[in-house]
Amino acid sequence: MLQGESHEPHPFTESEAETVQKALLSVVVSERLLIKGGRVVNDDQSLYADVYVEDGIIKQVGENLIVPGGVKVIEANGCMVIPGGIDVNTCLHKPYLGTPPVDDFYQGTKAALAGGTTMIIDHVTPQPGDGLLEAFEKWQEAADKKSCCDYSLHVDIPHWHEGVKEELEQLVQEKGINSFQVYMAYKGLYQMPDSQLYEAFSFLKELGAVVLVHAENGDLIAQEQSKILGMGIIGPEGHPLSRPEELEAEAVFRAITIGNRVNCPVYITKVMSKSAAETVAIARKKGSVVFGEPITASLATDGSHYWSKNWAKAAAYVTSPPLSPDPTTPEHLHSLLACGDLQVVGSGHCAYSTSQKAIGKDNFTLIPEGTNGVEERMGFVWDKAVAMGKMDENQFVAVTSTNAAKIFNLYPRKGRIAVGSDADIVIWDPDKIKTITAKSQQSALEYNIFEGMDCRGGPLHVVSQGRVVFEEGKLQVQQGTGRFISRKPFPDFAYQRIKYRNKIMNMQGVSRGMYDGPVYDVPATPKYITPAPSAKTSPTTHQPPPIRNLHQSNFSLSGSQIDDNIPRRSGHRIVAPPGGRSNITSLG
Amino acid sequence: MSFQAKKSNPRVTSDKLIIKGGKIVNDDQSFYADIYVEDGIIKQIGENLIVPTGVKTVDAYGHIVIPGGIDVNTCLQAPHLGMSPADDFYHGTRAALAGGTTMIIDHVVPEPGSSLLSAFDQWKDTADKRSCCDYSLHIDITRWHDGLFEELESLVKDKGVNSFLIFMAYKDKFQSSDTQIYEMFSAMRELGAIAQVHAENGDIIEEEQKKLLDLGITGPEGHVLSHPEEVETEAVYRAITIAKQANCPLYITKVMSKPAADLIAKARKKGMVIYGEPIAASLGTDGSHYWSKNWAEAAAFVMSPPLNPDTSTPDYLNSLLSCGDLQVTASANCTFTTAQKAVGKDDFTFIPEGTNGIEERMSIVWDKAVATGKMDENDFVAVTSTNAAKIFNLYPRKGRIAVGSDADIVIWNTKETRTFSAKTHNLTVEVNIFEGMECRGFPVLVISQGRIVLEDGTLSVMEGSGRFIPRKAYPDYVYKRIKARSRMADARGVPRGNYDGPVHDVISMTKSVPATPTTRGPSCPGKTPLGPTRNLHQSGFTLSGTQMDDHIPRRTAQKIVAPPGGRSNITSLS
Repeated sequence: MLQGESHEPHPFTESEAETVQKALLSVVVSERLLIKGGRVVNDDQSLYADVYVEDGIIKQVGENLIVPGGVKVIEANGCMVIPGGIDVNTCLHKPYLGTPPVDDFYQGTKAALAGGTTMIIDHVTPQPGDGLLEAFEKWQEAADKKSCCDYSLHVDIPHWHEGVKEELEQLVQEKGINSFQVYMAYKGLYQMPDSQLYEAFSFLKELGAVVLVHAENGDLIAQEQSKILGMGIIGPEGHPLSRPEELEAEAVFRAITIGNRVNCPVYITKVMSKSAAETVAIARKKGSVVFGEPITASLATDGSHYWSKNWAKAAAYVTSPPLSPDPTTPEHLHSLLACGDLQVVGSGHCAYSTSQKAIGKDNFTLIPEGTNGVEERMGFVWDKAVAMGKMDENQFVAVTSTNAAKIFNLYPRKGRIAVGSDADIVIWDPDKIKTITAKSQQSALEYNIFEGMDCRGGPLHVVSQGRVVFEEGKLQVQQGTGRFISRKPFPDFAYQRIKYRNKIMNMQGVSRGMYDGPVYDVPATPKYITPAPSAKTSPTTHQPPPIRNLHQSNFSLSGSQIDDNIPRRSGHRIVAPPGGRSNITSLG
Repeated sequence: MSFQAKKSNPRVTSDKLIIKGGKIVNDDQSFYADIYVEDGIIKQIGENLIVPTGVKTVDAYGHIVIPGGIDVNTCLQAPHLGMSPADDFYHGTRAALAGGTTMIIDHVVPEPGSSLLSAFDQWKDTADKRSCCDYSLHIDITRWHDGLFEELESLVKDKGVNSFLIFMAYKDKFQSSDTQIYEMFSAMRELGAIAQVHAENGDIIEEEQKKLLDLGITGPEGHVLSHPEEVETEAVYRAITIAKQANCPLYITKVMSKPAADLIAKARKKGMVIYGEPIAASLGTDGSHYWSKNWAEAAAFVMSPPLNPDTSTPDYLNSLLSCGDLQVTASANCTFTTAQKAVGKDDFTFIPEGTNGIEERMSIVWDKAVATGKMDENDFVAVTSTNAAKIFNLYPRKGRIAVGSDADIVIWNTKETRTFSAKTHNLTVEVNIFEGMECRGFPVLVISQGRIVLEDGTLSVMEGSGRFIPRKAYPDYVYKRIKARSRMADARGVPRGNYDGPVHDVISMTKSVPATPTTRGPSCPGKTPLGPTRNLHQSGFTLSGTQMDDHIPRRTAQKIVAPPGGRSNITSLS
């Protein structure tokens, strides 16, 4: 346990919450809302306006709205009215060695709403042996029962094989999934070699999906882990020692390279270190379609805690990629987020109790990975970026909500306050100060990695699906109200550029007369032949008989030139290749 | 095993020479002095030397006198699809001498799975018989397995090999995985050897090749299209990352593109022990020729990594070479006749890879870097000879004009020009990728092992006179820093009391345990695992670890700014 020997009961235990919800149910459904006197902040502009909500949809935005009588009025008193946050990286159902995380869809979405997040996208992690569809259905079922806010799902691809393709196609076309995660780490478990990554990227691009990448070099991690265990280091400090930030940056670089080759949008989940973030930023400057997602933990704390003398505390921070021990990392990541080099803030929320973490008490490689952050996400971005003057309120909306909605094709239904959009609205108080503590959190965890940190900025009211779910510090949520939001493929924000590049990236061969000079006889050495393209050689080239015949020619008269009898020389140069450079992403 | 000159040729030893009136240029300074050579060794340097009578006098007035070039990347023996290169040790070293290079280091390429030692012996036998200048050998590790360590050890300790090449490309043939590369790097650090890397992402290349062949692109332009510079850059980045983890010195062979060179420069600035080797082709020409309408010309340029289609690449690489960001120039000379190249006439993936450059290398550097004012004559000596000698532990026997050094000396004409052509070059291959290029700077006289082998444009080489030069492990130039870092880089654990709180019951261990590390007692047997009920009062402390303030809840606010174990990564000097 991190701290405190005793806990106050939560403001709402499950049973209490349910009674309240039932009482409110009739009111809830028909709720009509007018949010008055607030400043509506979208990612592009801020304006003073009232917002009228009916049937879970924003019906009017403007001044002096004409609304029916008897609507509930929320006085925003000059506070900001922002689109509800979207947390695109949670793991609320991902089991570790068969045990589920302590925050399930109910606990997790409750915490999300309390922090101003009105939609989550959770990771479906098929267990070895499970099909993707099967796993997707399990997740959807669990979420439909428990989720308190709208949700969508990413599907992780644990293994790449031919059979996966059909499932992916079905998920994209019938199930409303447009994002899939691949892993460059977890050797022997989820890790894919580069050739599979290339195939997966190519296939997902055809489907119009966004590729999420867990970027760490798994081969090297495995080596470092066995080295560090061999040195007798078994505590949580072994975790960051075995996963230095270079391994993260290397994998990010490789993922971007493959993305460029395939011409496919790449989304790096959990950007935890400066060097990984820089790699994303540089690639964007060169024109790559790549997005980077720092998470609550990397934005608010650092990896020095792994060296804590308290095992439970140190273990609480174990997540992959690990928090960087460099204490200047959070500030740097905020700066990149502010200038647009990083785009989306996730939470990577995956809560395992101390006793679950203790499975790895004698071996850090067995500690289940994950930290909390779904509730604290928006607060810390405000506290560390907006309140510090790095970022303005519009950019705040962009990184906590709008960009995610655009990338994952939820926009403008989510991520914007506009007529016709879903009424997921947060009234944000920039001056509210809250001390983060496990005692008052919504998460079922007994610790909080941000314990004791003060955070400026927080939600006053949270409206989800047109219902007020958080007011005056009190949550009124209802299990199972969350809807699955399906997402179409080919999000414009990610794919428009890709489509244009596809058109110009066509490679062309040089049309030239056939070579008709002597051809050296290759002794049959199948060993040396490059394996892949062998099938594609034209049948005529197949190895000539072992006797060397210098006079043999495959040449037809159609291609001969007047100077054919003159030996060819390389003297004539063509300075600019007529095919152009193949690589259009080097805009510089 | 003794390394020392087994062949003492009487003609060689009796050559006594005095080189008069030239300006001696080493990598650190230039000065006017005469040089007296006897028995293949430089015996005296200075003015007004007292020498025996009857000594042959060489006049170097108006020219510079430099240490003979060292070309550390040649393939004069490695077969491709069973075809031997057009130029073997005899023709290759002859051309080397004609261009002012007096020593080569050739790549031994064993068949994957075969013994490194026997391949080494095979190469050495051939070279002993055929080579006209001193030589040494790199060994390419074409397939790594644990048993190979002993072979490496015996090569390093008994055979005088201190450098090995690892492939990140040529999938299913030579390519190694990251895990294997890490293991090889670790082995090499242990042995004091230098890890050379052919840096290209073989996985991506293979996919690109398939794609291009599907598009119907079968000509040599497919080669460059399937080996884009990004793929080279990615592999360089990965090699640097792995080398850093393994704390092993890294040498990137054939730096062909700007971003790859930039990465090396950047890694050096961060303190990495890394060296980059551009080659004659990447310094002297570019990849526009792959689009030539003439198949044979286009195919002549095929090599991996390919020449870059960006025509400003040579200029850029010469600049990095001049400022020290790249250190060594080689030729990667590996020639195949047009008939041999034509094996791939219907499928570019079959075109044997390699270009010429062994003869042109030094002139190209002079013309593109020194004559253009990018580098001075001392840097010229450094990048064509001295740096290579230092990195591969030949210094000061090679790479320097000093008393006691081998008499591998070149008298270099800095003013006049020479034109490269397949008609006049000393290789047998019928194409020269530098055809028609006019270069300032060329050797007027070359001395190898104390004998004049080139004079007045005439070569007088002797087949088999080249000696194998063994190289010791742990070259100081490379390993001094590595050794100091090994001492510092120990990671340390945190001493803490045992965790004795509840441990969650693990239902099925087998399925999803991370692969590599073995389970070391998943849970403490004495503890009853906690059920699903949440127990908020449970604490994780034993008395042994208690502190006075244990009753005060711990706050994260007290940050430990510098982790007590220190950052594991000492190469971040910043």
